[in-house]
Amino acid sequence: MSSGFSIFVVVVTLLNIAAAVWLLLWMRKRRGEESSTASDTTGHVWDGDLCEYNNPLPRWWLWLFILSVIFSLVYLVLYPGMGNARGTLGWTQQAQFEAMQAEQERKSQAMLAQFADRSPVELTRDPQALAVGRNLFANNCAACHGSDGRGAIGFPNLTDNDWLWGGEPDMIEASIRDGRQGVMAPWIDLLGPKGVDDVSAYVLSLSGRKAVSGNPATGKAQFETICVVCHGVDGTGNPALGAPNLADNIWVYGGSQLRVNESIAKGRMGVMPEHGERLGEVRVKLLTAYVISMGGQHGVTTAGL
Amino acid sequence: MKHEVIEKNSALLGVLIAVVISIGGLVEVVPLAASSEMTQPAPGVEPYTALQLEGRDIYVREGCYNCHSQMIRPLRGETERYGHYSLAGESVYDRPFQFGSKRTGPDLARVGGRYSDEWHRRHLLNPRDLVPESNMPGYPWLERRSVDASQTPKKLQVLRKLGVPYTDEQIAAAADEVQNRSEMDALVAYLQMLGTASQTWK
Repeated sequence: MSSGFSIFVVVVTLLNIAAAVWLLLWMRKRRGEESSTASDTTGHVWDGDLCEYNNPLPRWWLWLFILSVIFSLVYLVLYPGMGNARGTLGWTQQAQFEAMQAEQERKSQAMLAQFADRSPVELTRDPQALAVGRNLFANNCAACHGSDGRGAIGFPNLTDNDWLWGGEPDMIEASIRDGRQGVMAPWIDLLGPKGVDDVSAYVLSLSGRKAVSGNPATGKAQFETICVVCHGVDGTGNPALGAPNLADNIWVYGGSQLRVNESIAKGRMGVMPEHGERLGEVRVKLLTAYVISMGGQHGVTTAGL
Repeated sequence: MKHEVIEKNSALLGVLIAVVISIGGLVEVVPLAASSEMTQPAPGVEPYTALQLEGRDIYVREGCYNCHSQMIRPLRGETERYGHYSLAGESVYDRPFQFGSKRTGPDLARVGGRYSDEWHRRHLLNPRDLVPESNMPGYPWLERRSVDASQTPKKLQVLRKLGVPYTDEQIAAAADEVQNRSEMDALVAYLQMLGTASQTWK
């Protein structure tokens, strides 16, 4: 606030308080010609017999008001209020917020410290760690992967035994910490609508399914020139690229031929946002433990720990 | 002045009431209108692109503000969930601002980048596809309707008159930027921008 406005605020505030005090004192008793009238009423008469008393303010009310004026003056000395003056207590909303946050940070760091030196696999055996992981999952993951972790179309199921980027604890942790981008290019320009049908017919045949339209044999040839780069010769995918296994009848973007056609024609752009910086290392570990505990992980044996 | 005079003269009474209740506004509102904290953009805050601006208009048209606020208060519980509390300088290009006053759904002031574009599309088509317990309505028509590009340059011009620093090039390119884009594209562009300026504050 500029000093001009600061002075303006101080002057208006003080004038306002002074005016309130003046009004109070003025209303303390009857005065002038009002006090000289014989009756106690204002002299108005409505509907023949309705009158209004003209009494001074009740004492208790007057004192309450005077006390609030005193309170406001004390408040304006202690707290910021008079323009740019900071108040003698030095209170700010920001400092109060930061103190609250520091206090919470201290508490949660103390809580997290007990988990800091254990691996995610070890944490899966600690019910308290899983309880914290469950809350973190609900706050940060459930919007896409569902509150039960079973995902939705476009968002992977975390409870099955199929992993786009690898199901080892390190891989799960990396997915949560650094995020993932699963990109499939659109192929409609190269394949044409008929080619898309053929390829999807072949892709469906990999998991033993029959397509509504398209020639799987033609599709196979095209698959082997285009798709193998990421999805592999046998279509079992490549976790290093996040390329899904196409032979297991588990479908991130839906397994109807319509959906598979859409994936091939328009491509897909799956994004898992990174959470490492926002949540911190220990929370990522707790989330990893919770995801492992959902039962879908493989390549880990918790026996013998 | 006798109070009988005031009581029997309603115009005078009205003027005096206006004087009394304007004192709070004179102290609390008038100085803010001249304060740079309120009138200058916070670091990293840029005027909306044409597509984001159209998305914002759709946000207003569909009444999103009835259930979603865009105002994170400096309380720990809120900053823990939504991120840094909102600054006045983040709303300088908002006319009108979208602070909202009711949260049936979550605050959206920093929703940008939190979910993928694809998530927003599916969620706007039918929220229950992704969040089974959601009570948000679906907005399937957004995908079928295109943005009216003929109005976009005018909107930018009007905003420039109101003080948003759009350049001539931006206004000239505005129609092309939103041409043949669906309302869904525009709304997602707007949502994905919300609060992203704060990511540069660290």
